[in-house]
Amino acid sequence: MISLKDLKNAFLVSLWFVFLTFPLMVIKVNPFERTIDWRWQNMGYVAAGSFICYLASRFFLASKAAKQKKQKLLDIPDKPKSDWQQRLLSEPRLYLPVLGVILAILLIFPQIFSTYQINIMITALMYVVLGLGLNIVVGVAGLLDLGYVAFYAVGAYSYALLNLHFGLGFWAVLPIGGLLAAGFGIILGFPVLRLRGDYLAIVTLGFGEIIRLILENWNDFSRGPSGISNIPRPGFFGMEMTLNQSISYLYYLMIALVIFTIFVVNRLQNSRIGRAWFALREDEIACQAMGIDKTRTKLSAFSLGAFWAGMVGVIFAAKTTFVNPASFTFLESAIILCIVVLGGMGSIIGVIIAALILMLLPEYLRAFSDYRMLVFGATLVLMMVFCPLGIISTVRRTYTIDKNLKTSNDREDYT
Amino acid sequence: MEYFIELFFSGLTRGSIYALIALGYTMVYGIIGLINFAHGEIYMIGAFTSFIVATVLSILGFPLLAIFVIAALAAAVWSSAYGFTVEKLAYKPLRNAPRLSPLISAIGMSIFLQNYVLLAQTSDFMPFPQLIPEFGFMEPIAGIIGSSDLVILLTTAVVMVILTWLIKFTRIGKAMRATAQDRTMAMLVGINVNHVISVTFIIGSALAAIGGLLIASHVGQINFFIGFIAGIKAFTAAVLGGIGSIPGAVLGSFILGLTEAFATGYVSSDYEDVFAFSLLVLILIFRPSGLLGKATIEKV
Repeated sequence: MISLKDLKNAFLVSLWFVFLTFPLMVIKVNPFERTIDWRWQNMGYVAAGSFICYLASRFFLASKAAKQKKQKLLDIPDKPKSDWQQRLLSEPRLYLPVLGVILAILLIFPQIFSTYQINIMITALMYVVLGLGLNIVVGVAGLLDLGYVAFYAVGAYSYALLNLHFGLGFWAVLPIGGLLAAGFGIILGFPVLRLRGDYLAIVTLGFGEIIRLILENWNDFSRGPSGISNIPRPGFFGMEMTLNQSISYLYYLMIALVIFTIFVVNRLQNSRIGRAWFALREDEIACQAMGIDKTRTKLSAFSLGAFWAGMVGVIFAAKTTFVNPASFTFLESAIILCIVVLGGMGSIIGVIIAALILMLLPEYLRAFSDYRMLVFGATLVLMMVFCPLGIISTVRRTYTIDKNLKTSNDREDYT
Repeated sequence: MEYFIELFFSGLTRGSIYALIALGYTMVYGIIGLINFAHGEIYMIGAFTSFIVATVLSILGFPLLAIFVIAALAAAVWSSAYGFTVEKLAYKPLRNAPRLSPLISAIGMSIFLQNYVLLAQTSDFMPFPQLIPEFGFMEPIAGIIGSSDLVILLTTAVVMVILTWLIKFTRIGKAMRATAQDRTMAMLVGINVNHVISVTFIIGSALAAIGGLLIASHVGQINFFIGFIAGIKAFTAAVLGGIGSIPGAVLGSFILGLTEAFATGYVSSDYEDVFAFSLLVLILIFRPSGLLGKATIEKV
C-alpha cells in the first residue's frame, strides 16, 4: 500500500513541519530571568507526528479513491453513503424501539448518576437546543450567523435583570426571554437583509461582540464584568427543593424542552415556511421569482432561531445562578456553529448527536483538558476536509403527488 | 488642538497596523473569495516569533538594529510558512466545496492555531522588548507623535508602495489580478492558479507578521489571544473599504483607526470596539459592498 515515494514525501513533510514549528515549539524564552529553554524533544514529537499523519491521510485518500474506482468498474450507481441510517430514520417500525430505549435511559439518568454527571448532561442538552435553534438559521435558511451567542446572552440577562429589578420568576421570564431574543433577532435581521453571505457573517459577528461589550461596560445596567449573582433556580409550584432535587428538576425540564424543540423544528421544516427557508438557502433569486417574500422569510428564520437561544439563555442563568459577559464570547458562537456543521446542516438527528459528542467528550476526557480546544479546532478542519456533509447528511424530502387524489395547493402526500 | 493632532496621529498609527493585516484578508478574498479567519492568528504567530527571536538575540547581546531586522525577517518567514501551510492543509482541498465549508475550516484553523501557541508557549502576557529606540530628533514633538508611531507610519508607507508596485507591474501581480477576475479564464491562459494562491497567502502573511512585530513593540506586550480582536478589526476595515479591493482595505483601515482614536479620545475608551463594529454595521447598511467595492449584480 505504502510506496517508497510516499515514504519520501512523508519525510519531506515532516522536515517542513519541523522547520515550521521550530521557533514556537522548541524555543521558550523567559524575558524576566533572561533564560532560554531549548526543548529539542518537541522537535522529535513534531517530526514523528507529521510523518504518521501524512501517511495516514495518504492511506485514507488512497482507499477512498480505490473504492470509488471499484464502484465505477462494476457500474454500481453511487449509493447514498448512509443507507442504513436513512432506513433507520425513515421507518417508524425500526426507530420507535430505539427512541423508546433512549427516552427510558434519559428518564432514569438522574436516578443512577451523580449530580456532577447530571449537570454535564444539562449543559449538553442546552447545547442540543442551541444547535437546533441555530440550525434553523444556518442549516435550513442558509444565513451564516456568527453572533448567535448574543441572543443567548439576551435570554440570560433578561432573566437576571427582570428577576433583580421586578422579582419575576423563572416561568414568567422563560417566554419573555425567548420573545426578547426574537425581537433582537428582528432588530439584527432588518439591517442585514440586503447583505450577502460573507458580509452577513461579519455583521452578525460584530453584533454579537457589540452586545457582549455593552454588557461588559454598561455598569449601571448589567453590573459590568462582575456579573449578576444569586439568580434563583426554577421553582415548582413554590415547593422547597434541595440542591440535588432542583438539579434533577432542571434536567427533566431540559429534556422536556429538547423534545418540544425537536417537535417544533421538525414541524417547521416541513411547513410552508420551512420549505421557503430551504428554497432561500438554495437560490435567492429563484426563490423570489417563485413569489416567496424574502424579507419575511429571512426575518422569521432569524427571530425563530433567536427565540430558542433566548429560552436556553434563561435556563442557563437559572442553572448557574450567575451570569457575566465572559460566558458569551465568540467562541460560544463558534462552538454552536460547529455543532450545526458537524451534525450535517439541516439534519435534526445529526445536530443532536454532534451536540452530545462535542459537549460530553471533552468532559469525559478531562485528562486531555488542555488539548481540548486544540482537538476541537483540528476536528473542524478535518471534518470539513474529509467529511464535509457532517455526521448525518440530510436527505431531501421528496414530494410526490398522487394523481388520483384531488390535491389542493397546500396539501401534499409524501412517500 | 494639540490633543486633536495627537489623536489624529494615534489614529493613523492604528490605521496603518490594521491596513497591514487587512491587506492579507482582502487579497485572499479577492482571489479565492474566502474569509481567512486564521489570518489574525498568522499575525499573532508573527508577533510571537519576533518576540522569541528578539528575546533570544537580546539575551545573546546583539545590537538593537540587528535584532530589529532579524526579528522582522524571522517573523515574515515563519508567518509566510504558516500561511502557506494553512492554505495547503485547510483550504486547498475545499476549493470546490460549498461556500460555508472553507469558512468553517478557517474558524477551526483559527481555534487550532490559538491553542497551539497557548500550549507551545504560554497563556501569560509577555513583555515585548522595545525594538524601536526613542530618536533624539523626535524629542520636540514627542508629546504628539512618538518614535514608534513614526516608524510604523514609515514602514507601512514603504510596504504599501512595494505592494502596489508588485501588483501593478510584476508578472506575478498580473497573474494575481487575472486570477481575481476570473479563475477559470486565468487557468485557460496558462496561469498556475495554485501557485498564485500560495503566493497571495505568503505575501498576506508576511504583511501581517510585520504588522504584528510593529504593534507588539509599540504596545510592549504580547499574548496568544491578540490575533482574534486584531483580525476581526482588520477584517472590519477590509469590509469597510470593500473587500477584495486593495486601496479599499487601506482606506477602510485608516477610517477605522481614526474613528477609534477620536471616539476613545473624546467619548469613552470603554466602547472602543463597539464604535468599530457600529461603524461597520452602519456602512454596510448604506453601502452593502463597502466604500470602494464594486456592487456585484448577480446574473441568472
